[in-house]
Amino acid sequence: MSARWPETPVDFPKAAHETLKDSQLRSNLGHATTAIRAKREDVVSEVDDWESLRDEGAAARDRSLRRLDEMLVRLEESVTAAGGHVHWAADKESAQRLVVDLVKATGSDEVIKVKSLLTDELELNPALQDAGIHAQETDLAELIVQLGGDRQSHILVPAIHRNRREIRDIFRRELPGAEDVSDDPAALAEAARRHLREQFLRVPVAISGANAAVAETGTVAVVESEGNGRMCLTMPKTLITVMGIEKVLERWEDLGTIMRLLPRSSTGERMNPYTSLWTGVTPDDGPEEFHLVLVDAGRTNALADPVGRDTLRCIRCSACLNVCPVYERTGGQAYESIYPGPIGAILTPQLQGLDTAPTLPWASSLCGACYEVCPVKIDIPKILVHLRGRVTAETNASGKGHHAGAERLAMRSVARVMDSRRAYEAAQKAGRLGLSLMNNGRGARGALPGLSGWTGSRDLPDPERSFRDWWREREAGELEQGPDAPALPQAAQDPAARSGAAMPGTPGPEDALPTDVPRLHGEDRA
Amino acid sequence: MSGRDEVLARVRAALRTAERSASEHELEPPPAYAPRVRPATDPHELADRFAERVADYRATVVRTDEAGVAEAVSAALADLEPATVAAPAGLPDAWRPAGARDGGALDHAELQTIGAIVTACRTGIAETGTIVLDHGPDQGPRRLTLVPDRHVCVVRAEQIVDDVDDGFVALRPETGEGAAHAPPLTFVSGPSATSDIELQRVEGVHGPRTLVVVLVQPGAPPG
Repeated sequence: MSARWPETPVDFPKAAHETLKDSQLRSNLGHATTAIRAKREDVVSEVDDWESLRDEGAAARDRSLRRLDEMLVRLEESVTAAGGHVHWAADKESAQRLVVDLVKATGSDEVIKVKSLLTDELELNPALQDAGIHAQETDLAELIVQLGGDRQSHILVPAIHRNRREIRDIFRRELPGAEDVSDDPAALAEAARRHLREQFLRVPVAISGANAAVAETGTVAVVESEGNGRMCLTMPKTLITVMGIEKVLERWEDLGTIMRLLPRSSTGERMNPYTSLWTGVTPDDGPEEFHLVLVDAGRTNALADPVGRDTLRCIRCSACLNVCPVYERTGGQAYESIYPGPIGAILTPQLQGLDTAPTLPWASSLCGACYEVCPVKIDIPKILVHLRGRVTAETNASGKGHHAGAERLAMRSVARVMDSRRAYEAAQKAGRLGLSLMNNGRGARGALPGLSGWTGSRDLPDPERSFRDWWREREAGELEQGPDAPALPQAAQDPAARSGAAMPGTPGPEDALPTDVPRLHGEDRA
Repeated sequence: MSGRDEVLARVRAALRTAERSASEHELEPPPAYAPRVRPATDPHELADRFAERVADYRATVVRTDEAGVAEAVSAALADLEPATVAAPAGLPDAWRPAGARDGGALDHAELQTIGAIVTACRTGIAETGTIVLDHGPDQGPRRLTLVPDRHVCVVRAEQIVDDVDDGFVALRPETGEGAAHAPPLTFVSGPSATSDIELQRVEGVHGPRTLVVVLVQPGAPPG
């Protein structure tokens, strides 16, 4: 059983502080995001009309979202006319109850599952477990997460924080028949295939999410790679599909637009191996019974905000994760939600309520790379800034000012470190060491000890040496003055500050410290 | 209040709230759609691009003319293990391998013993190297092209469209009063694959591990 997410409120600086200690995680992630970015760029550059395609993707999503009530009613009619059953859940608890009851009605005490972010958001597996129903994840990455009692760290590749040796150890320990499996990815995939095949043929109930549904036809879409989705959608007698209300599209052709955008943005392929579309039930082909559960669970919170509602356009491609300098450092688990990265930073607070995730809108350097790659043109930086304003205004109004203090907290951390000159210098040195170790050629950023709350959401320039080091070396005659010498920080050009700050061993006034160290510096990504 | 009423009431309230406060923000209008200018497509170029893109997924592509299909199918089944083949009832006789079992009649357990399935398709998409199955009589129900480990799919060049949006236009189901039931559709782009472990691509997880596409085009070299 996959682990539950921690209780709210989500505390990004604290969680990031923990994940930043994990260098294996950073290495696995850096490799993954670099590789997916390159693949995406290749296949996106093939599409001549990519920019107008993004416009159409955004427009198609907006057309439906702005008339969402109508769309949902039409979808219900179409699905029902095609022999399916539609259910509605306003919140997590009612969705859990609905699904548990639907499974119980079949008499089965086990279900097979297609990877679904929504069912994880709804903590459906633990709810099924509590009702005595075993939910078997069948996507390879979800299986790895489930067997490891772990949490997902990426929308597309949830087990990307694990390397092949870690996965081998989990399989050897937890997967029946895999006691001697090697760490070869093909062998690990084969072990999963053997283990799950019997269940695909036997288990009578499947639960899936949905990538989209078309209101006018009642057609539901699931996009995948491995064939586990096809198995779950085809083999069992009963299929229960759980879908967020925002996923509905108005027209059949809108789905064609999304299918041009999604695979290239997500896996960096022209097309993913398998996409299944189905409309109700079909005699002698697939499930005899089809239930579509439409879930709000906070989506209407976002819909009510004229700026925030664009978040609901999201088609869960995860392109924004792969370009995000903050995500690449902290990993997905620091966001303490199934939706990590830039999209998670705006989606989670809106779904769960701003007071349960007040720090997430600060989990960004506002560099804009996420907006550039978004296939449905969600202006994530604009929404982040908007939500920061809302967090501050709403928590001040409610008297819960301490929640609004993410940035203040970060500033306090900076202030605390700066209180002690020695600590500050140590932090700077360690930071530069970290930067050079992690430098990947795109500028550098890192976790300054005691400053991770800040550097998790702000980028740092890559100083070749600190002003203080530079000054000491200059005094000692080690540094040649020349065109390559670093520009002096403002403070150093101030004679009064120089006299105070420059003398080794002499405590200087705090205002003589370089004032621009924790400054915004994300432009190198855009 | 039923779940349905509650959700719809929330949606309507949210839409009204957003409408009311929209003027407080400087909002850009939703992006406008500019339909793309489509170049005329040459059927030969479409077939070439389709073949190249299918092969990019590490599927096998065999090009032949109508007379060469039987031989191409037979060659695609040469090293089969287990050596049992099935085909849907509606597959053209000329394409049906000798001794093929009737796929539609097989239950789950019997399907497990089938080594390969031979089908036609509904549509091909050149830009993405995708075959689309609508599971009609010459393709059979969805399980048939899923459980066996090898799928041999015969595609006629005239079934190929340029891009995904053209495919959706071609595949549009009937709507309105008296519309026929929309068939399930499966878009297949290469063999089953995963990149879940260190992003290393592994072909073949749960779907067919081998995909052979026989592309039939008048004038193509037989076999």
